Amino acid sequence: MRIPRIRIEKRLSTPRWLPVASLIVALALAMLTIAVIFYVLGVNPIVAFQRIFRGGFGSAFGLRETVTKSIPLILIGVGLALAFKGRMYNIGAEGQLLVGAIFATGMQRFFPTWPAFLLLPAMFFAGFLGGALWAIIPALLKTRFRMDEVLTSLMLVYVANEAVKYLVYGPWRGTDTRGFPITDEFPAAAQIPSLVGSRIHYPTLILAILFAVLVYFLLARTKLGYEIRVTGENPAAAHYAGMDYQKVALLVMVISGGLAGLAGMGEVAGIHYRLRPPEAISPGYGFTAIIVAWLARLNPLAAILSAFLFGGLLVGGDAIQIALNLPAATVQLFNGVILLFVIAAELFNQYRLRLEV
Amino acid sequence: MTSALAEDTPTVVLRGIVKRFPGVTANDGANLEVRKGEIHALLGENGAGKTSLMNVLYGIYHPDEGGIWLDGQPVTIHSPQDAIRLGIGMIHQQFRLVQNHSVAENVVLGLREALLFPDQKARAQILELSKKYGMKVDPDARIWQLSAGEQQRVEILKALYRGAKILIMDEPTSMLTPGETDELLHVLRRMTAEGYTVIFITHKLEEVIAASDRVTVMRRGKSIATLETAQTTQRELARLMVGRDVLFRLDKQPVEAGAPVLEIKGLHVVSDKGLPAVVDLGLEVRAGEIFGIAGVSGNGQRELVEAIAGLRPISGGRILVNSKDVTHASPRARIEHGIGFVPGERWMALIPGMSIADNMILKNYARPPIGNGLFLDQELIGAYTDGLIEAYAIATPDRHTPIKRLSGGNIQRALLARELSGKPALLIVAQPTSGLDVGATETIWQLLLAERERGTAVLLISDDLKETLSLSDRTAVIFEGQIMGQFATEEADLEQISLMMAGALRADVRLEIRN
Repeated sequence: MRIPRIRIEKRLSTPRWLPVASLIVALALAMLTIAVIFYVLGVNPIVAFQRIFRGGFGSAFGLRETVTKSIPLILIGVGLALAFKGRMYNIGAEGQLLVGAIFATGMQRFFPTWPAFLLLPAMFFAGFLGGALWAIIPALLKTRFRMDEVLTSLMLVYVANEAVKYLVYGPWRGTDTRGFPITDEFPAAAQIPSLVGSRIHYPTLILAILFAVLVYFLLARTKLGYEIRVTGENPAAAHYAGMDYQKVALLVMVISGGLAGLAGMGEVAGIHYRLRPPEAISPGYGFTAIIVAWLARLNPLAAILSAFLFGGLLVGGDAIQIALNLPAATVQLFNGVILLFVIAAELFNQYRLRLEV
Repeated sequence: MTSALAEDTPTVVLRGIVKRFPGVTANDGANLEVRKGEIHALLGENGAGKTSLMNVLYGIYHPDEGGIWLDGQPVTIHSPQDAIRLGIGMIHQQFRLVQNHSVAENVVLGLREALLFPDQKARAQILELSKKYGMKVDPDARIWQLSAGEQQRVEILKALYRGAKILIMDEPTSMLTPGETDELLHVLRRMTAEGYTVIFITHKLEEVIAASDRVTVMRRGKSIATLETAQTTQRELARLMVGRDVLFRLDKQPVEAGAPVLEIKGLHVVSDKGLPAVVDLGLEVRAGEIFGIAGVSGNGQRELVEAIAGLRPISGGRILVNSKDVTHASPRARIEHGIGFVPGERWMALIPGMSIADNMILKNYARPPIGNGLFLDQELIGAYTDGLIEAYAIATPDRHTPIKRLSGGNIQRALLARELSGKPALLIVAQPTSGLDVGATETIWQLLLAERERGTAVLLISDDLKETLSLSDRTAVIFEGQIMGQFATEEADLEQISLMMAGALRADVRLEIRN
């Protein structure tokens, strides 16, 4: 007896509509899977989806929170889109965010008397620098010793985590914090202004959108962007054309790490006004941004939209946690399921399945 | 039933096999008869149809015409699984092993008989087989720890374990060192003594003589002759293999060759595996001439051209372009020195998913006028690409089409268009027409001849001897990384070339270069 087999065949060409269609199907399947999970948890999936949507997008408060949470996601998502385009799989943006937060915090500690117009830019710069430095380590390990950047960048997340904990439990612990592991509140000059009645620290938001546009033009219009695209698509051809692979690798890592560092600066100086333990600064923005970048098909402008979507999912997820009494990990589960389906859908743009009997 | 079989009924018969691919006929009525217990060599140039004929026998290809008989019985082989069931095993040129698994795991992989993976019985059987035929292999070693010769033994064990009685080996010695080759021949002898039958594909005359009982020579998809090895010579085989075909008459304008553009002196290059690939090689290509390098693929051609293009480190010797030493110059610097390069592996020089326009600027994006400060001049790129599409008649909907969507001939034309538009002083072309149909081949040849008339020094590398001899003004033969001889192409002697390609003859090259 012959067992029917599924054969995977390479497509000769990809129809124009296919990438969009596969993305929609992927999202639909992800929703379906999540619905099953809700059902198993004893929650009516339709009610849950409604709550998520209403929580993230259905009210003025929800929308404000969604925008707030999409700020770090845009910054990091744009950087990761660039890195992935250049075939540097930077998985450690979460760590780069934390180091950016440390550097920004350090800046206001060392120059607490500077006026805001000096101190804030200096802190943004420090945040970028911190993230970039953290990202350059895996980049150098890759270009010098061919170590896999996926592993090294991910491992460095834990190092950054411990570094933040050390600082808030140790030397940087505040004097007026009643024993909590947090630093003292930043001086007013070191606090990023927010839109009235919200936590939207708009200077960071403007910066994020600016970078999305800049990175888009970098990729589409500049010599450097061309080198990044060629290196990412076909390293052999880049070598053949005499492009400097090390330059590209270092550069995309510096930019993606730097943008993650900016996001860290935005969180400590725009939301918390303190350095706090890592899980309080970021609910995993650095990891969620990986999905943001993939969902945007590595297009920096599209990353703004997908960041907004995931920002809403974070807010809506918080809402159902409280309202439906679900575990905190539920939102992370969503992220994982969506990423899985989006990446799996990529396969069908290049290949098709054929049933063989 | 087998006992009733006459002594001389061949164990394998392939008759009138025709296998067509779009634009190519790989087998054009090929025949093969193999006797039980013999080592049968299948000899021919690249593209003669050897591998495709064996893929038919192994069920990978389905012949368009013709039939297969095993021990006198007609059979239809739908898949490799069918072939294995019928006792046929095939060992491909590229081994198909799981690098991180052990030898034993690889041998039993895909078989569903055992619950444990692999069980003790399987291990014992592997050890017994390997002992019986003198193949030293540790069943617990991981594949990545093994040399090419050892990996090949694992492949042989895999076939034997599945009950193969007829073993097809595609270019079995191409990855092996000379010592490993001797060992392999020894193993094959022991197997045929036990009643196994071996068919091996090769283009090396020496091996045919050393290892086979009989040999079938193939040329252009047809089997030309089957001979008893003991009653033939390398010379006769070479003549049969290359044939006495009339060369294509090309309309070649006489061009006075100018000053040397490329000078290579005592060049040494190592392969990816760290083995010597180019050994003490010297040659000179002058302006306005096509200098062809003939040879069986895998004899250092690829390493040679990559070394000239700066893509591979040079371990000894010097390379001069227009009298400037570029031995250790970067690939970019060499492009600036006027080296154009069309590699044999086209996708090394193109970005499949990117547009034609993005592909056309790969060499000149960094310089003005295309590269303008930090930016790329989009308007100019458009005009420039459209110009090339028109001048070289590249058939495409528009310049935004991903280059992988074009046909093979158009892809090659686009690649040549880009390299020629840089007005190179030296143009290196490898396998310029492989996989192209007659019409596309013709255009590419015309482009190369026009380039020669423009005064470019052209270094041509091709596995297709006819192409090399048709286009080149001078030809050198390469074997195992060394030049075996070189001559003005009109004085070329085919038989001599064949012998040189097979490593059986060497002229004193150095004297010729000096004068």
